[in-house]
Amino acid sequence: MQPFTYVRANSVNEAAAAVAARPQAKFISGGTNLLDLMKLEVERPTHLVDISRLPLDRIEETPEGGLRIGAQVRNSDLAAEPRVRSRYPMLSQALLAGASGQIRNKASTAGNLLQRTRCSYFYDRNMPCNKRAPGSGCAALGGFNRMHAVLGASDACIAVHPSDMAVAMAALDAAVETTLPDGTQRTIPVGDLSRLPGSTPHVETALGHGEMITAVILPPPPPGRQLYRKVRDRASYAFALVSVATIVEKSGDRIQSARIALGGVAPKPWRPMEAEYVLAGAAAADAAFTEAAESALAGAVGRGSNDFKIPLAKRTIRQTLAAAVEGV
Amino acid sequence: MAETDYRITRRAVLEGGAATCLFLASGLPVGAENAGAAMTAGPATAPIPRIPMTFRINAVEHALELDPRTTLLDALRNHLGLTGSKKGCDHGQCGACTVLVNGRRINSCLSLAAQHEGDEITTVEGLADRDRLHPVQAAFVAHDGFQCGYCTPGQICSAVGMLEEVRAGWPSHASTDLAFGPAALSDAEIRERMSGNICRCAAYPNIVAAIRDAAEEV
Repeated sequence: MQPFTYVRANSVNEAAAAVAARPQAKFISGGTNLLDLMKLEVERPTHLVDISRLPLDRIEETPEGGLRIGAQVRNSDLAAEPRVRSRYPMLSQALLAGASGQIRNKASTAGNLLQRTRCSYFYDRNMPCNKRAPGSGCAALGGFNRMHAVLGASDACIAVHPSDMAVAMAALDAAVETTLPDGTQRTIPVGDLSRLPGSTPHVETALGHGEMITAVILPPPPPGRQLYRKVRDRASYAFALVSVATIVEKSGDRIQSARIALGGVAPKPWRPMEAEYVLAGAAAADAAFTEAAESALAGAVGRGSNDFKIPLAKRTIRQTLAAAVEGV
Repeated sequence: MAETDYRITRRAVLEGGAATCLFLASGLPVGAENAGAAMTAGPATAPIPRIPMTFRINAVEHALELDPRTTLLDALRNHLGLTGSKKGCDHGQCGACTVLVNGRRINSCLSLAAQHEGDEITTVEGLADRDRLHPVQAAFVAHDGFQCGYCTPGQICSAVGMLEEVRAGWPSHASTDLAFGPAALSDAEIRERMSGNICRCAAYPNIVAAIRDAAEEV
């Protein structure tokens, strides 16, 4: 690990200003991803600002009927929260499908959103990686890319966003509240937080340096049945090959409205809006599920080892929609 | 600062020599910032200010002054002589380093010691009540829940924390209903909840049996 100095922040504004003051400074909360990367010297901050003890660990009702989740709420607490379990079950399901019991006890809500890709070439400092070393190339393109993106990627980077939680939050139209170094605040939809790689895969989020996430806002739960389905190489403690978060609202035999978010297939939680349009008003049957799945993956590009993700994602969308409809 | 009952381990001798080892065992007194240069891995041109910290480990107060890079696991093993917690992967994948912090299980390898100022930490050394083993420890012995034993301290600390989560009614990925109740602790639940602890000897059937038994007793 490279040397760094460490301070514990006493307030949000102090933390944001402390990181903003140094170009190589970073926030640390649970540290489960950051320390992993620092040990490999993929991350080399010279200064850490510890925000884990800031009073941002509450889950509160919003006036609109949603929930405001403090950025420092631990993943395990969020998954077990009774209001989340009853009103946002897909969020609990997504959280519980990710990581291990130990890591969920440590990882924060904001840290989960901001965790870095697990692309093996990003992790390996002996290999080219445009995300880690801009301009060095992408070893995954012609390499072992079984885990990589089929949607939203570019010729510069095909890494996926690893979070399960973020996929459920994207389906729920959640937004993050942030505080900027000058003390002002803003709100960013979770779907806009991660950026597509384009030619600058090292620029991963819409956040400025020193801008700190203070909360995630969940709008009131949308009508319909929520479901999160994750497909992975082993039954537990593995990243998604494909995951599907869906909310299906039925009216008689027809689908009133549906939302879909995909994980494991793109550099950000992926909302295939065209598939949602297909489902709105359609008969709740396999024909519509199939058409939705086809349209969701219409723009997908396989890179060799990950070609299988395209049919796998389609099958998982169909199966998850069917399960959600059956349960209504 | 608590007196540390410390014995020289083969590993410490191999790594740093006995003199360094004894020095580390004393903990670093406040103001001795230059004395520990031998254990700083960074460039000699960039001395790192040490950080004073205090925490309660197994009901004993400890005060240390450490390089900011020191993980909780390294603080326990290298600076306090508590070598029960094991370093397996050092990346949070194997669970051998699992300890309880304020009653909750975490990977001590993925946590900076400095972040634990004031925390109450329990390692495998602190589970027994003098000569009386913790029920989870006793169950691992009764069911032969190990072969080589390297993962066992992490398995046991993880199981103790996990059973507390079950008692609190936390659901898991294996729960058929998010309204999970402790009565629903099946073998599938135990396996899912313990997936952060790897056993290279694959003693899993006996580990699950031990935890199943302990769950009734704890």
